[in-house]
Amino acid sequence: MANSLFEEKINSNGFLVTTEIGPPKGADVSEMVHHIDLLRDKVDAINVTDHQSSVMRFPSLGGCLLVKERGGEPILQMTCRDRNRLALQADLLMAYSRGIGNVLCLTGDSIDVGDHKEAKPVFDADSVQLLKMIKTLESGTDVGGNDLKGAPEFCVGATVHPEADFIEPQLVKFEKKVTAGAQFFQTQGIFDLASLRRFMQYASQFDVKILAGIIVLASAGMARYMNKNVPGITVPQAVIDELAGAEKGKGLQKGIEIAARSIKTISDENLCHGVHIMAVGNEGIVPDILDAAGLDAVHS
Amino acid sequence: MIVAEQKPLEEIRRMITPYNRVLILGCGTCMTVCDAGGEREVSFLHNALRLAQVKSGTGNHTFSEYTLKRQCDTEFLDLLAGRTYDLDAILSLGCGIGVQTIAERFPGLPALPGVNTSFMGVTKESGVWDERCAACGDCRLEETAGICPITRCTKGILNGPCAGTKNGKCEANQDMDCAWILIYKRLEQLQQLEKMRRYYPLRNFGTIPRPKRIVSKAVTAIGVNDG
Repeated sequence: MANSLFEEKINSNGFLVTTEIGPPKGADVSEMVHHIDLLRDKVDAINVTDHQSSVMRFPSLGGCLLVKERGGEPILQMTCRDRNRLALQADLLMAYSRGIGNVLCLTGDSIDVGDHKEAKPVFDADSVQLLKMIKTLESGTDVGGNDLKGAPEFCVGATVHPEADFIEPQLVKFEKKVTAGAQFFQTQGIFDLASLRRFMQYASQFDVKILAGIIVLASAGMARYMNKNVPGITVPQAVIDELAGAEKGKGLQKGIEIAARSIKTISDENLCHGVHIMAVGNEGIVPDILDAAGLDAVHS
Repeated sequence: MIVAEQKPLEEIRRMITPYNRVLILGCGTCMTVCDAGGEREVSFLHNALRLAQVKSGTGNHTFSEYTLKRQCDTEFLDLLAGRTYDLDAILSLGCGIGVQTIAERFPGLPALPGVNTSFMGVTKESGVWDERCAACGDCRLEETAGICPITRCTKGILNGPCAGTKNGKCEANQDMDCAWILIYKRLEQLQQLEKMRRYYPLRNFGTIPRPKRIVSKAVTAIGVNDG
C-alpha cells in the first residue's frame, strides 16, 4: 500500500504536477487557506515551505495540517536549519500521526540570507542524513537506536540542482540522496531546458521521479533580485530580457507565459516526470499557468 | 593559533569604569601573532586609554602594562604574583582562555576581556586571518582532503555541497569559497573521489561533552589529577 496519495500518483506514471505555498508571516492564515482551496484540486500535491530563504514564518507543519484539513495533499518541506535531530524526529512523528504522508528533505538556506541573521544555525543533520533519519524511523527505531511505539511511513523526496554551475559535486550528492531513499526530486528552478535534458540523460538511470522546478518570475527586476539574493538561482539574461520587453504592468503575464511555455515543452516532450511550480508570492496564478500549459484538464 | 580582535575602545572604557588601577596585560603567543594583544597592542591601548581619559575629562584611572609569554598557563601567571597588590583589575589582552586562567589564579581580582576571541585559524596574508578548525573533537580531515567542512562550510554539513553554491562561492558570503567545491576539487586531484561518494552519518556531538577535558595517559597512569 502506498504511504500517501502522492505516492500512488508517483507509482501511476502520470505527468506529475506539484506546487508550493509559502505560509504567511503572522497568524492570519486566511490568504493561505484561499490559495489551498484554489490549488488543491489542480495539482497532485502542495508543498508548504519551511521558513523559505531563512525568513521566519508560520510553520510548514501547520501549513500542511491546513492543506490536509481543506482536502488537499500536502508535502512537508523540512529543513535542517532550525531543528536538531530530536526536534526533526518529533515533527516527523507528529506529521505522520496527522496524516501527512510526504516529506521533502532539505538542508535549508543559510541563516545569513534571512531575516534573523543573529540566530543560531542548527544543521545537526544535512539533507542526506535527514533522508536516512526517516528510513530509520520507518524501521521502528529513532536515530538514538531506541524502539518506537508506532513507526511512521512516508513518501520521501529531495531536491537537486541541474543548473548548478559546477554540476559534478551536485550529482554525487544526488546519488547519495537516491541511495538514502529519496523517491522523488523537485529540482531547483530550471530556466534552460537544455540543462534539464542533459540532467535527465544522466538521471534516467535511477528509479526516481524528477519534477522540474519552474519559478514564475513577475518582472525583470525580480529576476535580477533573485540572481543577486537567492541561493543557487541564476536566471539567464535571455529570460530577463524577455521579461523586460513586456508591456508596462504585464510582467507577471509574461512570467506566466514563460513558465507555461517551459511546462508545455516538458510535458509534450516528456523531458521528465512532472513539474513543480514555484510562484513565489503569486500562488493565485498557478491555475492560469496550468491552463496556459494545457495541463488543467489532466488534473482537474 | 587562536585569533581575536581587540574590543572597541569605548567598550573597554565602559568596562574599566569602576576600577582605578588597571593592569593592561598582553599575551606573547597567539595574541601577538594576530595583532590583537601582544606587547605592541598593549602599549597602543595604554596610550589610547590615557589620551581618551585626558580628552574626555572623565575617569581617574592609572594604567600599568605588562606582557606575559602566555596567559593560559598558571606558571606564567605566577610571575605576576608580586604585582597584583596595588591593582583593582586586570584588563587582559589574552584570549578567553587567558582571561579565565587569570580569574582562576587571582580570585580576588576582576579579570576583564580586552579582546573578542574569534576562532582558530591561520595568517592568510599580513593582517588577514582565516578560520580553519572548530575543535570539534572528531577530526575527519583524512576524508575531506585536508579541508574542514565543519569549519569552512557555513552549514558544517558532511555529505557534499548544498545547492546554494554559485561560482564556487558560498551562499552566505560571496567572498567565501564553498568548502565542498574545494574538497571535491582536491579529492579529484588526489584521485580519491570515492571519499566524496561515501555516506557520512550524523555527527557525534557527544564525542567529548562540554566543557571538554583531555587527561593524558601518563597522568592517568600515575594518578595526578586535580579532579
